[in-house]
Amino acid sequence: MPTISVGRDRLFAAIGKTYTREEFEGLCFRFGIELDDVSTEKAIIRKEKHLEEEEDGDDEEVLYKIEVPANRYDLLCLEGIAQALRIFNGLQEMPTYKVVNISRKSMIKMHVKPETSSIRPYVLCAVLRGIKFDEVTYNSFIDLQDKLHQNICRRRTLVAIGTHDLDTLHGPFTYEALPPSSINFVPLKQEKNFRADELMGFYKSDLKLKKFLHIIENSPVFPVIYDYKRTVLSLPPIINGAHSAITLKTKNVFIECTATDLTKAKIVLNTVVTTFSEYCERKFEIEPVEVIYSDGKSVVYPDLSFYNMEVPLSYITGAIGVPLEADEVTSLLNRMQLCAKQSVSGDCNSNITVSVPPTRNDVLHPCDVMEDVAIAYGYNNIKDITIAKGYNVSKGRAVSLKPLRLEEFSHLIRLEMAMCGFTEVLSFILCSLNDNFAMLNHEGDSSNAVIIENPRSSENETARTSLMPGILKTIGQNKAHPKPIKIIHGLVERIMLVIGLVPPDDNTTFYLKPSDDPEFVMGTQASIIYKGKRIGTSGIVHPEVLNKFDIPDPCAYFELSIQCFF
Amino acid sequence: MAEEAILGYLAKNQEIADSGEFAAQHGLNHDDVVNVVKSLHGFRYVDAQDIKRETWVLTDEGKTYAASGSPEVQLFLAIPPEGIPLEELQKKLDPLLFKIGRAQAAKNKWVEMGKQLVSRKVQHVDDTVKDLLLQIEGGKVINQDDIKVLKGRKLIATQTWNGYSVRKGPEYAPQRKKFAADLTREMLQSGEWKNLEFKEYNFNAKGQPIEGGHLHPLNKVRHQLRMIFLQMGFEEMPTDRFVESSFWNFDALFQPQQHPARDSHDTFYMKVPAITKELPEDYVERVKRVHESGGYGSRGYEYDWNRDEAIKNLLRTHTTAISTRMLYLLAQKPFTPKRYFSIDRVFRNEAVDRTHLAEFHQIEGLICDKGLTLGDLIGVLHDFFSRLGMSKLRFKPAYNPYTEPSMEIFSYHEGFGKWVEVGNSGMFRPEMLLPMGLPEDVRVIAWGLSLERPTMILYGINNIRDLFGHKVDLGLIKTNPICRLGVD
Repeated sequence: MPTISVGRDRLFAAIGKTYTREEFEGLCFRFGIELDDVSTEKAIIRKEKHLEEEEDGDDEEVLYKIEVPANRYDLLCLEGIAQALRIFNGLQEMPTYKVVNISRKSMIKMHVKPETSSIRPYVLCAVLRGIKFDEVTYNSFIDLQDKLHQNICRRRTLVAIGTHDLDTLHGPFTYEALPPSSINFVPLKQEKNFRADELMGFYKSDLKLKKFLHIIENSPVFPVIYDYKRTVLSLPPIINGAHSAITLKTKNVFIECTATDLTKAKIVLNTVVTTFSEYCERKFEIEPVEVIYSDGKSVVYPDLSFYNMEVPLSYITGAIGVPLEADEVTSLLNRMQLCAKQSVSGDCNSNITVSVPPTRNDVLHPCDVMEDVAIAYGYNNIKDITIAKGYNVSKGRAVSLKPLRLEEFSHLIRLEMAMCGFTEVLSFILCSLNDNFAMLNHEGDSSNAVIIENPRSSENETARTSLMPGILKTIGQNKAHPKPIKIIHGLVERIMLVIGLVPPDDNTTFYLKPSDDPEFVMGTQASIIYKGKRIGTSGIVHPEVLNKFDIPDPCAYFELSIQCFF
Repeated sequence: MAEEAILGYLAKNQEIADSGEFAAQHGLNHDDVVNVVKSLHGFRYVDAQDIKRETWVLTDEGKTYAASGSPEVQLFLAIPPEGIPLEELQKKLDPLLFKIGRAQAAKNKWVEMGKQLVSRKVQHVDDTVKDLLLQIEGGKVINQDDIKVLKGRKLIATQTWNGYSVRKGPEYAPQRKKFAADLTREMLQSGEWKNLEFKEYNFNAKGQPIEGGHLHPLNKVRHQLRMIFLQMGFEEMPTDRFVESSFWNFDALFQPQQHPARDSHDTFYMKVPAITKELPEDYVERVKRVHESGGYGSRGYEYDWNRDEAIKNLLRTHTTAISTRMLYLLAQKPFTPKRYFSIDRVFRNEAVDRTHLAEFHQIEGLICDKGLTLGDLIGVLHDFFSRLGMSKLRFKPAYNPYTEPSMEIFSYHEGFGKWVEVGNSGMFRPEMLLPMGLPEDVRVIAWGLSLERPTMILYGINNIRDLFGHKVDLGLIKTNPICRLGVD
């Protein structure tokens, strides 16, 4: 779940209400976000530098770290959270975002060259006019892009955002894909001109940017955005040009999103423009940009249309289990930023017409609408009704049940073993290849084992193929424990007896057949054969194996697969 | 012997005034008398008062002189009447004895230390030192001047003598009752047990350790949870597969292919065997469609679904992969309602710390039926968690790709004095259920939690590695209490 850090006082000012910490936690809990931590800027820095705790000065701004659901991109900044809570509290209506109605002719244009299709085929743009930044909103604007890059943009692989001071540029723009050696510009935060291929080398040592290089590094062409005067806006998804960098004084912001995933690019662009259109001269209005492909097709962005859904009232109340009237449902939905109206379908059943705004891309299905009704109603208000009548005890209930044989059987065997004086251990399934093979004198063998592609440590290279490494590791770790440690010991016959098999003189069911496995001492070991199949092993553990597991005492070992008894 | 003598004496007499004298009179060893008095006193047959006396005893040196005479007398006797050269006299005696003897004899003016010869100055000497030592050894009292001398020569030292004066106690009897240590087979056969009283146990002493087998605490809790589910009418799902395809672990659950949980940072992918060869193709097609363009009333995620992503094998990250398979199987037959549960291992490619391991156990329960509501989910959660001792619950809206609504479950922990998250729950999304072929009005309510966390809280274990894995102390397994979840 993403967490975002916001100034408490600023947040309360934006919500239009002041809370105690407990009150705010309660509000978050009901809405479905979480106040994760309360701190101050200085305290965070102290923590990072491992400095001693100091008293917080009164002048330090208190920061709230808030965890938001991973599918709510609209809540990735202070502006989004404040608006959502204002509406949730009934302090504000859902705003209507508007694409400024201008003629195609006067729209800013972005021309897409066909070469881009091989590396990063989509570009979407929009303009925020007459924006007023202060230091806090400016930082929030940058942070939101960062959060989007980290989350929905999957670290810029799917979408990358570039924001520019439009007044430094001259449209129309072009989105191209060119050989790196032919791209030259001064990147953001640098003063020198770089060739794109050199720039990639330069950023190899940049802690933040080096993580993104792999996205285009091995491509013969790099995506790049130029203005009419061949000024580089950005080299997506790596860096913007220094020329068009936005500042506190920027009034008109040009936003471009380049992408490999069109749907997510739309969501990202809509999230950025809707959230910050609040600071525009004409609130909630966004200027469109026409994107023109080389085949002549053109699309105008942003697409701020609402998605309409007809949801039967009975579906909502039936799934929540609380009887609600249509007007209650619509007002609950309005508090969740969904525009809802009551309508009546042909068969006189009440329907709710829901218009999902462009900020709520998480709403995919009527079940999402139903959830929002439940949240606004209050999950913890549903309780009272169900506790009174009890949940429907018959639902899903079978008349008679059978236990899972393997589980019951292994439980009975565990009890039997414990009754024989053995101690049960619970070892890991994950282990190193070394544990599973070389440590057991099976050097160079890795047959029958599954192998993990991306283990974080050698401890997690494979899933053990026998219980032996885990048990021997346990004994090795418990050297000080009084002996004998009875974890396992010549128990085969007892187990076979309680399973109901005759002793080993009858070779037709099971018997012990001398074996020559390297983990055991020769002559002391046998395979356990059941119905002609090897189902287990037993023997005295080889001294070399004991030595590898750092075990000073002799060990007898026995292992049996019980799955063959079904 | 001493016991009979003491109890017998007190039968006729008021008091034994001094245990020392009593021992001497009756020819008993005083130490034996003391031990018997202590024991009788303990059982209140007698009352005993301490007597302490300071007495003089011989030191080791004193004892030698008491036996073979004082050094000065030994030296005197070694000098023949005609005298003897010093060197020869020295040879006749032990060097220490010579040194002390010469000094004392000279002090008594018994000998003449001439230049040529050492000679006697008097004809006869009395060994008073030896006599005094013998008197002390015999328990006689001698005068203070003599004591001073002997003490100065370190031939005697003080010793505290402990004895008792003894009277009848409240439980006095002329003969002590016999206490049997154990009830034996012989006593039962002979009927002797009727005459016996048994020695009182010392309940403060530690008992003999019991040797026996032991079950692991996590498995004890697991068993109780299985019982709870079975008592609630839930059927156990077969979870004996750890390697799963991304399809069953993620795609079938409507978890988009770009979802962060599918990152290699969170999931163990398999190198061998890397891909799954067989999937139910018609179902795969429906899953692909619901991801790409929705259907069943959904918009879908609107991205290009990639089969190569879906066939990648992994170690299952949740047992919901099994629930999904079970629901798919259920959908292939005429619908029957079900209650399913499982408790088994899942794997996460996470950094290991005090509360996280790369593998842990997930507890999962689900109900699949027509007409289920969020109210039913809240109801079943109250039923389930109250059996775990958590009756104060509240629910927080949450996000999970395959449930809608989703609720995090919080329980008020009296000990911690706060609300703690204890699990997750929700209603499976139609985009997950309908492609399987389940009827449209079927809903599935489900919840999940880890086995380790409640076990750690229950057994007061702070570090998960002290509970699970090879670093666990066998002592912990042997001493942990029974798990009474679902019993109390």
